[in-house]
Amino acid sequence: MRIASLALALAIAAPLPAAAQVFNPTTYQLANGLQVVVVENHRAPIVTHMVWYRVGAADEPPGKSGIAHLLEHLMFKGTPTIPPGEFSKIVARLGGRDNAFTSSDYTAYFQNVAADRLEAVMKMEADRMRNLTLDDQNVVTERAVVMEERRSRTDNNPQALLTERVEAALFLNHPYRRPVIGWGSEIAALTREDALDFYKRWYAPNNAILVVAGDIEPDKVRALAETYYGPLKPETVPARIRPDEPPQVAARTVTLEDARVQQASWSRTYMAPSYSSPDKAAPYALEVLAEILGGGATSRLYKSLVVEQGVASGASAWYDPTAVDQSTFGLAATPRPGVDVPKLQAAMDKEVRLVLDKGISAAEVERAKTRLKANVAYARDSLHTAARVLGEALSTGETVADVEAWPNRIALVTPEQVNAAAKAVLDDRASVTGILLPAKGGTVARAQPMMAPPAKELR
Amino acid sequence: MRRLLAFLFVLVTALPAHAVTVERVVSPGGIEAWLVQDHSNPIISLAMAMRGGAGVEAKPGLAHMVSGLLDEGAGPYDSQTFQGKLEDLAIELSFDAGKDNFRGNLKTLTDNRDTAFDMFRLALTQARFDKEPVERVRNQILTMLARELQNPETVAARAWYRLAFAGHPYAVPVRGEPDTVKAITVADLRNYTKTWLTREGMVISVVGDITPEQLKPLLDKTFGALPARHPAIAVPETQAQAPGKIQVIQRDNPQSVAVFGAAGIKRNDPDWYAAYVMNYVLGGGGFSSWLTEEVREKRGLAYSVYSYLTPMDHAGVISGGVATQNARTADSVRLIREQFARMVTDGLTDKELADAKTYLTGSFALQLDSTSSIAGLLVAVQLDDLGIDYLDKRNGYIQAVTKEQVKAVAQRLLDPAKLTFVVVGKPEGL
Repeated sequence: MRIASLALALAIAAPLPAAAQVFNPTTYQLANGLQVVVVENHRAPIVTHMVWYRVGAADEPPGKSGIAHLLEHLMFKGTPTIPPGEFSKIVARLGGRDNAFTSSDYTAYFQNVAADRLEAVMKMEADRMRNLTLDDQNVVTERAVVMEERRSRTDNNPQALLTERVEAALFLNHPYRRPVIGWGSEIAALTREDALDFYKRWYAPNNAILVVAGDIEPDKVRALAETYYGPLKPETVPARIRPDEPPQVAARTVTLEDARVQQASWSRTYMAPSYSSPDKAAPYALEVLAEILGGGATSRLYKSLVVEQGVASGASAWYDPTAVDQSTFGLAATPRPGVDVPKLQAAMDKEVRLVLDKGISAAEVERAKTRLKANVAYARDSLHTAARVLGEALSTGETVADVEAWPNRIALVTPEQVNAAAKAVLDDRASVTGILLPAKGGTVARAQPMMAPPAKELR
Repeated sequence: MRRLLAFLFVLVTALPAHAVTVERVVSPGGIEAWLVQDHSNPIISLAMAMRGGAGVEAKPGLAHMVSGLLDEGAGPYDSQTFQGKLEDLAIELSFDAGKDNFRGNLKTLTDNRDTAFDMFRLALTQARFDKEPVERVRNQILTMLARELQNPETVAARAWYRLAFAGHPYAVPVRGEPDTVKAITVADLRNYTKTWLTREGMVISVVGDITPEQLKPLLDKTFGALPARHPAIAVPETQAQAPGKIQVIQRDNPQSVAVFGAAGIKRNDPDWYAAYVMNYVLGGGGFSSWLTEEVREKRGLAYSVYSYLTPMDHAGVISGGVATQNARTADSVRLIREQFARMVTDGLTDKELADAKTYLTGSFALQLDSTSSIAGLLVAVQLDDLGIDYLDKRNGYIQAVTKEQVKAVAQRLLDPAKLTFVVVGKPEGL
């Protein structure tokens, strides 16, 4: 719960939560600056109610890494009308489920409830937008919870530890180099005052987006939003000006050798533009490129490394263009048993070279575009997907029109654009290679001695 | 505190039990499916399950390996052709194996409906098991098994099942062990497919943009060629063993991961709903649960602590998990045992019971989020033989649970001395 949604991990897990024309949302702004988005879906009498704040880990003051995420946890710790720890219990008593998540660029809170309970959860969410109160004991206990969360997610997991260090190495100056959950020593020093300072600075209706999706009419949402969010006072919210990333000139490799590692892995993460970058065509070309390189069992990387050469068990490419600042483009592979990492890396280098030297064909681009566009209908199937895609877009600087134009913009991508984007992005000098290996001299041991399979006569 | 909550006394009643209408569709060839029509989106989702799963396999990991290979070449298509066709038409087709069942899922745009069903038929009935995909998938499974050894949750859960079900098929991980996966032959794969992918006990659910008249002939075409019967399932009834034992697996991690559990109940047990309500309050209900309140909220000892019921065909388990820094792991273990004991002695208050019912009835419809989630739910309902009117009746079963029933089932299941723990890490004081 209270998930720290690390943008990269998410991009790998869920390739392209394809935004689409088909959401057909209704959108408007309240007088206090709150942006409201409503997506109707009448299949079941349920709604999802989400509030997204345009603030995340990349907006934290130096030395306070983890405060955006700790505050997200502390948002459940009370207001003058809702006692600490009661928020989620009240939602449960309404027959609903709630949670929250933090990324580098946004922080979001949601409740899934029966449509006729929307008013009750909206009242509580509006209340905690402006009225959070915290006591020291709650902060200290929740900070311990977050320390355990960090151990679970990162310190207990060598692959996650490597990913954290790769990101820290990739971004030389931009705060995307910091883990969303925070560095352990800095989390341990966060205080109630740090949390309240951050809250007061960023949590206001004019820095938030309300997304409601489900079995509800836009007019009804408008009336409720005016009632509960309407009276909240706007604030002067600082601009999200983050330190610039200098031009990158040196390829880096980060190797983690760890006795706990049982399975080696390889990845390369390149700096890449995002939807927020000046070049408005490149992100769409890169989405097509990621699909061609790593979008499934017939993609270039999978076909070559896994099927034909048999040097990898898995091979993939990822790209998530949704970001306030720069994004990343990634390649990853896992060696097949018996294959060493240098051999795998050589095979991957060759594939990249092939793209750069010979280019991507028009037929590959057409095929990838068709597949990407087909995902649009599926994205519309779940009301949670719609809410999530719209909230993520709007909290990172896109507009509803951008989201709705996604299929058209993908359709306009040309082979020339894909090849130009590949040449611009697949540049080793702006990349970090991440290698996970078992500790030198160590043995790859089983967790426990192999037990004989149960006697066959049992069956 | 109570006073402050006054404004929340919203009148809470359960949702209209469901918002979907389930129809029974029987094809001319006698194949049955449950259908929910939804023509708002041009999408069709199908979910199906067959009996047997890993419990009946000849070698550990065989059913799982079959599930990974059915879509790697079938009928006239080799692996790349088959996969390419799926990708170009945006057809999502997958299989997986559980301890008791073998499951399949299909999702397609309406335009490609007939092709999608035909691809599903080919996968079920004419899988090729060509050499390249067999070796590739075998290596992928070996890679996955190695990676899972890095994951303390998986290591702990597997060790728990080995301990609790020693000598029974449930002790064996569904994905097998490296040595058993290496030993699987193409003949084994074909044999499993021929023997266990049958119409006997098969259940099917379809949700989305399709009518009964359109579905009927597709059912015969897709599933009609499967054998009618499978051999008797000879998995013996069993119960979780090793009560009270704590097994520590040393791992140089800063945090110990514990999996705990004991004998539970099966889905058809008369005490099921009482146990379900009880578990919600004990450890199933997130921030409303005792375990979360005591371990996380009061003491900050874990990010996640939970319990759940696992009903299988031949045994039931109540189990859970927690992850706490090594120095304080013993505190979490003690607190978990205390909450088990508390449920046995105190049971629930009237308010706890009422709140549990409000949540469990009110939240039931939340899972009807997408065509595939509805199809999956209806397959589970059919596997458990709960009846086509289950969505209407289910909240009534929850409402009928009494405090006395909860206490009785707690006494039956929650003896803290019988809890079996597996801890992966460097726990102190255990």
